[in-house]
Amino acid sequence: MTGRNLITPAQNTWCPGCGNFSLQFALKSVLGELEQSGQSLDDVVLVTGIGCHAKMADYLDVNSFYSLHGRTIPAATGIKLANPELKVICCAGDGDCYAEGLDHLIFAAKRNADITVIIHNNRVYGLTTGQYTPTSPLGFRGRSTPGGTTELPINPLELLLASGATFVARGYTRKMEQLRSLVKEGVLHRGFSFIDVLQICATYNNMTAYYDERVYNLEHHDTSGFEEAFRKAREWDYNGDARIALGLFYQRVMPTYEDRIFAHPPDNTDREKRINEILQEKM
Amino acid sequence: MCQGKIPLNDISVLIGGKAGDGINSAGLTIAQMFNHLGYRVYLYFDYPSLIKGGHNFAIVRASDHKIGAHLETVDFLLALNNDTLAFHTGMMHPATEIIYDAGNATKGIGTPVAVSEILTAENAPSIMGNSAIIGAFAKTAGIQWNVIEEVFGRHLPKETQKNLSVARNAYDVAQTKRVVPGIGPGNLPVITGNEAMGLGLIYGGMDAFISYPMTPTSNLLHFLAEQAPHLPVTVVHPENEIGVIIMALGFAYAGKKTVVGTSGGGFCLMTEGLSFAGQSEIPVVIVVGQRTGPSTGLPTYTGQSELHFVLHAGQGEFPRLVVAPGDAEESYGWAARAVQLAWKYQVPAIILGDKTLLEGTYSFDVKELEGYRPVPEIPGGELVTGQGYGRYRLTGSGISPVAFPGTPGTVVKVSSYTHDEAGLSTEDAGIAMKMAEKRMKKGFSLLEEIDSLEAVRTYGDRSSPVALLVWGSNKGVACEVAGALGLRVIQPVVLSPLPLRQMKEALSGVTRLVSVEDNMEGQLGILLAQHGIVVDDYLLKYNGRPFSVGELREKVMEVLK
Repeated sequence: MTGRNLITPAQNTWCPGCGNFSLQFALKSVLGELEQSGQSLDDVVLVTGIGCHAKMADYLDVNSFYSLHGRTIPAATGIKLANPELKVICCAGDGDCYAEGLDHLIFAAKRNADITVIIHNNRVYGLTTGQYTPTSPLGFRGRSTPGGTTELPINPLELLLASGATFVARGYTRKMEQLRSLVKEGVLHRGFSFIDVLQICATYNNMTAYYDERVYNLEHHDTSGFEEAFRKAREWDYNGDARIALGLFYQRVMPTYEDRIFAHPPDNTDREKRINEILQEKM
Repeated sequence: MCQGKIPLNDISVLIGGKAGDGINSAGLTIAQMFNHLGYRVYLYFDYPSLIKGGHNFAIVRASDHKIGAHLETVDFLLALNNDTLAFHTGMMHPATEIIYDAGNATKGIGTPVAVSEILTAENAPSIMGNSAIIGAFAKTAGIQWNVIEEVFGRHLPKETQKNLSVARNAYDVAQTKRVVPGIGPGNLPVITGNEAMGLGLIYGGMDAFISYPMTPTSNLLHFLAEQAPHLPVTVVHPENEIGVIIMALGFAYAGKKTVVGTSGGGFCLMTEGLSFAGQSEIPVVIVVGQRTGPSTGLPTYTGQSELHFVLHAGQGEFPRLVVAPGDAEESYGWAARAVQLAWKYQVPAIILGDKTLLEGTYSFDVKELEGYRPVPEIPGGELVTGQGYGRYRLTGSGISPVAFPGTPGTVVKVSSYTHDEAGLSTEDAGIAMKMAEKRMKKGFSLLEEIDSLEAVRTYGDRSSPVALLVWGSNKGVACEVAGALGLRVIQPVVLSPLPLRQMKEALSGVTRLVSVEDNMEGQLGILLAQHGIVVDDYLLKYNGRPFSVGELREKVMEVLK
């Protein structure tokens, strides 16, 4: 299939000014570029969780698996294991992936599953109308924490580096060129790609001014150095006042989960013959 | 089984010792010796939830016809420790032959075996102590040495010669007391319920098995993991049961017939995925091995208290297949069918096992499987791919022809939301209703197919007005009791969708229905009551231990008095 529109007839219901539009645009243009360079979009699967981000499954006209809250990664891992020819991209939310589905995220990094995970990190629950998430700053006043949160945020980049992810990046929805290139590199990376995307929630958590003041691009940064990546990842802790680095923090090529798990015979193996052999052994 | 015959040759052996003594494998070796003498065998393995120490025992029973339950007494008691003698005095009869490790158990009567002296003389490790006991047992039971050689050669591939030497030492010293005669050449495969289930899943076309270990289905995972290198089956052990079920749905979405294994606690975590499977119409087979609950309960003991849980698990309404096989052959046949039916109707299928069945060991007779033809695979209608493909196309049967991602020119969208034919989320009232009805239609289509299969089985005296109602592993014990007392047995194998027509036929002429279940509420009875079928008496057991034949016979006689 070539040159298709990539947008479904579904009515778009994101709020005006929502950061999801930027990510939709980035994904759409990356898919278009991939198609031009020979990647069939028939072999692309988009997996989403539940939340505003997840509507991407309804809006992009590619194969999609609209999963449950927090459950993008197990589905994506299963799809990739079942058919390694497929390019599997997860769009997940910060509440979705860092709260409900954190265990899966760590395991995907640990396994180096060849999937790409893009976190729409708006640091608030939008669809459930404004509660704090694992990356909301200390004291965040949400509807479940009217007096302000009493816990510090997690730093997802630090966590993912420690978990063994082989591609760790951070983007920002207002830096489109960089975002596109990070998504594209992430999809092309062989192994587990993780991109935390700072995204504003126009209705519940508009941090545009905060981010615009602090973000800068990683330059002259050696992406093969784990220690340096870790140091850069810890520069901003998602809470205090510090400069916020954007770009590719770390990349390393390692055998993937699929490489390691595939050792079984082809699909046309005679099952009945093997069953009879097993039964013979049990006599 | 279920011929109603009183067995002519019926021998029971109990072997007991500490965890780590290799009691289960010793039991299996003895079962194989009976198998090589032409007997049908059944093995019940009882063990606490620990790795070393404690008290383990196996009851091996051999008979000249098919069996699936243990008796309340044993003819041979093989004790590797004192506990075996202390705990099982109630299972001895006047002629029970006792054989014991003279160094670890003290009895005074029976045959002592100088296990530690033999091991020292042969320079053998302590785990081989059970080979000495087996050697002494074989001689006591008049079993020819060549049977031991053959069985050890086939089933103890590691250090066979040393095990044989250890056994020979004890064999030469012991006296023959009660001769167990060879009754024929009929050597059948001897397998556990888990293994039968696994082989059936393979036969049914399973491409992937995904599981987080939990008794009593861990051994299904182990068995399939060992077989995977020789078969086109991917076996994965993920981070937890939520990961298991969602990963399985990913596999199935991408075109692979996928099965998961768990027990009640793990199934709790899977229920969001089960409901998702119902909504998204992604087929998945879930093997639920029941143990004693609630919660962690008695992890290594049996139970049948998850029937209503699996029937109702998951939010919302959607059709599901629930089957409860009662022996090794049914486990094989219905496991295969569950894979095929789940796939054909695009519904979740649950195979309910219990610890007695899954970790029990049975002679496996392939001749019984002649009725289990593969389910023809013609889902929904013609698959039209390309632009405009609708994963949820409305059809008369409710089944939409399925395409997988990677199909040229075709976009395949699945969703946990209420969706339209293309798989896009919708809140439209009319579409919501149509899609709910579409899913239910699949349930009716499935019931039609179930009705063409033997979904309710009857045994014993089919004209008896008294019927024992059973499900799962109680089939074996109920058949023997019914055989002895001239009663009818009714066993629904499919529990959802309930094959009501077959159930009513099976009940024709029954005036007294006695439900035998390993739970406290009489869950099958409650299910039937919802369909207007009334159970008259309940015989319920809920201490984690299966009924023995004599125990159930007495209870049945009591209610019929």
